[in-house]
Amino acid sequence: MLLIECPYCGPRTESEFSYGAEAHIARPKNPEEISDKEWADYVFLRDNTKGIVLERWVHTAGCRRWFNLARNTVTYEILQVYEMGAKPPKIELKSFV
Amino acid sequence: MTETFRLSEGGLIDRSRPITFTFNGKTLRGYPGDTLASALIANGIHFVGRSFKYHRPRGIMSAGAEECNALFQIGDDPKTDPNSKATQVELVDGLKAASQNAWPSLDFDIGEINNVASRLIPSGFYYKTFMWPAAMWMKYEHVIRKASGLGKSPTQPDPDNYDKSYVHCDVLVVGGGAAGLSAALAAGRAGARVVLAEAEFAFGGALLSTKGETINAKPALDWVEEAVAELEDLPNVRVMKRTVCYGYFDHNFLAMREDLTDHLAAKPAHLPRHRLWKVRAKQVVIATGAIERPLVFADNDRPGIMTANAARTYVNRFAVLPGKRAVVFTNNDGAYATALDLKAAGVEVAAVVDLREVLEGPLTEKAREAGVKIHTGKGVVGTAGKKRITSVKIGEIDFDEKGIIGPVEEIACDLLLSSGGWNPTVHLFCQAKGQLVWDEDHACFVPGEPMQKAQRSAGAANGTFGIEGGLKEGYEAGKAAASDCGFKSKSRKKVSFQTSDEDFLPARWMWLVPSDKPIGRGGKHFVDMQNDSTAADLHLALREGYSSIEHVKRFTTTGMATDQGKTANVNAIGIIADVYGKPLPEVGVTTFRPPYFPVTFGIFAGRDIGDLLDPARKTPIHSWHERNGAEFECVGQWLRPWYYPKDGEDIHAAVNREVKACRNSLGILDATTLGKIDIQGQDAAEFLNRVYTNAWKKLAPGKCRYGLMLGEDGMVMDDGVTSRLGENQFVMTTTSGNAAPVMAHLEEFLQTEWPDLKVFLTSVTEQFATMTISGPNARNLLAEVTDMDLSSEALPHMGAAVGEVAGVKARIFRISFTGEQSFEINVPASYGLFLWQTLMRLGEKYNITPYGTEAMHVLRAEKGFIIVGQETDGSVTPIDLGMNWIVSKTKDFVGKRSLTRPDILKEDRKQLVGILTDDPNVVLPEGAHLVVRNSSERPLPMEGHVTSSYHSPNCGRSIAMALIKGGSKRAGERLLAPLSDGRVISCTIAESPVFYDPEGVRLNG
Repeated sequence: MLLIECPYCGPRTESEFSYGAEAHIARPKNPEEISDKEWADYVFLRDNTKGIVLERWVHTAGCRRWFNLARNTVTYEILQVYEMGAKPPKIELKSFV
Repeated sequence: MTETFRLSEGGLIDRSRPITFTFNGKTLRGYPGDTLASALIANGIHFVGRSFKYHRPRGIMSAGAEECNALFQIGDDPKTDPNSKATQVELVDGLKAASQNAWPSLDFDIGEINNVASRLIPSGFYYKTFMWPAAMWMKYEHVIRKASGLGKSPTQPDPDNYDKSYVHCDVLVVGGGAAGLSAALAAGRAGARVVLAEAEFAFGGALLSTKGETINAKPALDWVEEAVAELEDLPNVRVMKRTVCYGYFDHNFLAMREDLTDHLAAKPAHLPRHRLWKVRAKQVVIATGAIERPLVFADNDRPGIMTANAARTYVNRFAVLPGKRAVVFTNNDGAYATALDLKAAGVEVAAVVDLREVLEGPLTEKAREAGVKIHTGKGVVGTAGKKRITSVKIGEIDFDEKGIIGPVEEIACDLLLSSGGWNPTVHLFCQAKGQLVWDEDHACFVPGEPMQKAQRSAGAANGTFGIEGGLKEGYEAGKAAASDCGFKSKSRKKVSFQTSDEDFLPARWMWLVPSDKPIGRGGKHFVDMQNDSTAADLHLALREGYSSIEHVKRFTTTGMATDQGKTANVNAIGIIADVYGKPLPEVGVTTFRPPYFPVTFGIFAGRDIGDLLDPARKTPIHSWHERNGAEFECVGQWLRPWYYPKDGEDIHAAVNREVKACRNSLGILDATTLGKIDIQGQDAAEFLNRVYTNAWKKLAPGKCRYGLMLGEDGMVMDDGVTSRLGENQFVMTTTSGNAAPVMAHLEEFLQTEWPDLKVFLTSVTEQFATMTISGPNARNLLAEVTDMDLSSEALPHMGAAVGEVAGVKARIFRISFTGEQSFEINVPASYGLFLWQTLMRLGEKYNITPYGTEAMHVLRAEKGFIIVGQETDGSVTPIDLGMNWIVSKTKDFVGKRSLTRPDILKEDRKQLVGILTDDPNVVLPEGAHLVVRNSSERPLPMEGHVTSSYHSPNCGRSIAMALIKGGSKRAGERLLAPLSDGRVISCTIAESPVFYDPEGVRLNG
């Protein structure tokens, strides 16, 4: 059970949040012009990193706000929490495989 | 009722209050402060159960959580607990304990034949033998399960209450022994919020088993008492007994089970039986001690054989003699403490058999001085005795050849104690994914680098054996933990500890003590007694090619079941390492998983049972539905009227009546459960335009529009009517069960993709009561309670208006899910019941008929309207539903691009069709699969399945919808529905799924 620091509400237990998978995947601006493969990449494919990931969470049972965080999927350590739309933090994105 | 084996004085028991309990129906006596195990031993009872597989007689082998033999069924069904460890059951007046896995009785057990035939049933026997034919496994398994297994589950629902609580603290100290108490003192004195959890009913840990130890020149247990008193006085410390910490999860989240009433003879009604504590700790100190490791030798499982420190515990803590004539078998100095304490208590110590060739160590010296007979460089190579050990065979051990040198000597005894060293209780450390390292000196795994940083292990749990070391390390750990939370120790006084005890070294390690026969050829060397797995089984696993310790564990079941290998695992790893000739740490350890100790399911359920399992959502009109005999169905968490039976009607009669009333005159539906989302902001129309498949920007205020919402994968996610109340205000309705997911979906896009849009979303589902009046008299009724212009010119189909209804401010939407002229009236929730009752009263002259969800389904199916979640299942696109008319070609929307992916364009996708059975009186079951022809061929090629199916009183026949491969071009084709009851129903694909009023004239009436 992770302890997640909501940027708006403070530290709350994981069960108050919902997971939103990998962060910084923008919806294509021109869906009609891109290939089926590019669209499928956007809709279906996400990295499964063993290491540090940037991911989205939403405080479902709290303020209902979305935000990003950097988390190590090996140690489950949360390295940084940052607001939606903010630039990714300067963290070395280690991958262990 | 005589306690022959109870010492006349001493022990931590309350002799002033003798209590009685029963063992297999026989009444026995004990004292408060006893465990079930100590009370049994006081009564001379060691033989308490039969083993899992071979049904061998087994006795109490420990005094702690590691017990793997003395498992009992406690209490009577339904208040019964199986697999209770006698060593962990606190004795209480009137306790009922029964042996497990013995039939017809403990003394005479039919399953014992398995022991005679044991050569024929090695590890893997059941899986290999009963695998053929595969289909028979279910039958074999039934018989095998009956013959094996442990206790019996209760047959009735658990009558006890359980509870859950959260606790947040700075420092959680797990374990109330020397190290734990010391840690709690240090952290508590510094001012940190401390939780101290001790699994047992007494504080002191290993100190409870000792006699004559001192701490700072005081008796050790006096120090314990003072420490507990000081902690209890500190307002920032929560001191908990009978609380086992069984799980260590992410981010210092730990789970504990507190026993509140098991130890009380009279159980207060207001107390839950157990409580689950969910702990979030800033820092954790693991001070869980260590568990003594038995030696593995031939026939090491007879009643009367236990670990050395267990015997010491029984003598010192409980004042009971575990035997009259003892042999101690050891490889280390520590076990001599037991020999000395037994001797002092009057037990004849016939011999100490020591694997070491050089006898050194302070306790060894003392024993020698006390005149204890010691056999050097020898081992126990066999035992005798059926229901209690009667003698041991000892021989000189050849360490190089793993054999015996010279003759074997037999020594009579009724108690054999063994000590093979100590294993730190590293379970919690490992559950938190810490890495173990091998301590070569002590031959055990100790905590290395923790994965979760905010923790420390201290004392024996950290491989720091001995009381003084534990006290010091505990204090340092507690101080450092508090300091890491910002609490600096205020006292400048240096805390020091002087005690009398020492480490258990020196020792000499041997994982498998040879006997006079080859391993597996006479005598059993049990490694894991609970699973009856032996050294020979481990050797077999290695011969069969299992090399990973995890695979060996699964093949032999070593380390499984209720004790989770607390005594078995390291011995098993040692035996495997010997065979491979590689260092023990290279074999590795198996994964430690919660729970450390078995806990009842009750604590996970807590109070969330029965009606409290899930919240029931009720509309403001619910009480009326109840008073009027509605049957309810669950829609998400909502309770909705399903139908309203009258005068003994069954569901079919009631639904037919409700459906007809709606078409002929007037029906009324409680539609409050529909999800309602208020959407405001200058970009609200633009936002809707992006999330719905159709166009929204030009919708005028005062108008409603039906919308279809897709996921980005192009699949239908939800549908509903959204009304424009003003330039910048819309109210969206969602399906009842989908309100929260739709809200989440909209918020996600709004916050993450389009934060530039000025739109605010508010759930108003529960703020409004919604009722729909539907039928030819709907307008007539509504006109009686409002001055609003209800004419088709002023309020046409898909029109919205705001005004007063029966004096209440209301929103009226002229929308229809029945195909009839229909008004959806929304009023503030608190006026819902009032308006409903008003409409019912005024509607009497129109035979106003309340209808439930079932009639609603029939009415909409007659019209071919879909229900999301019934016609769709997350794999259905608008094109599959034949709803291309609502999909915009000119704008982008969520999911649009996916609609041109090659798989979505395939012509043989399942598409929505109407289905008419050949026999109009037969109603197809929903979910029935349809085929072209029926034959014995398996599997039959499936064409699709029925999604909705009803008897339609208005059509006078059954109607159905189905998703059929390429269905949009197959009208008129005949299909078959072979059912599980043997019937084969023939049917035809209809021209259209709209079965009633296809022109839609009734809407505008």
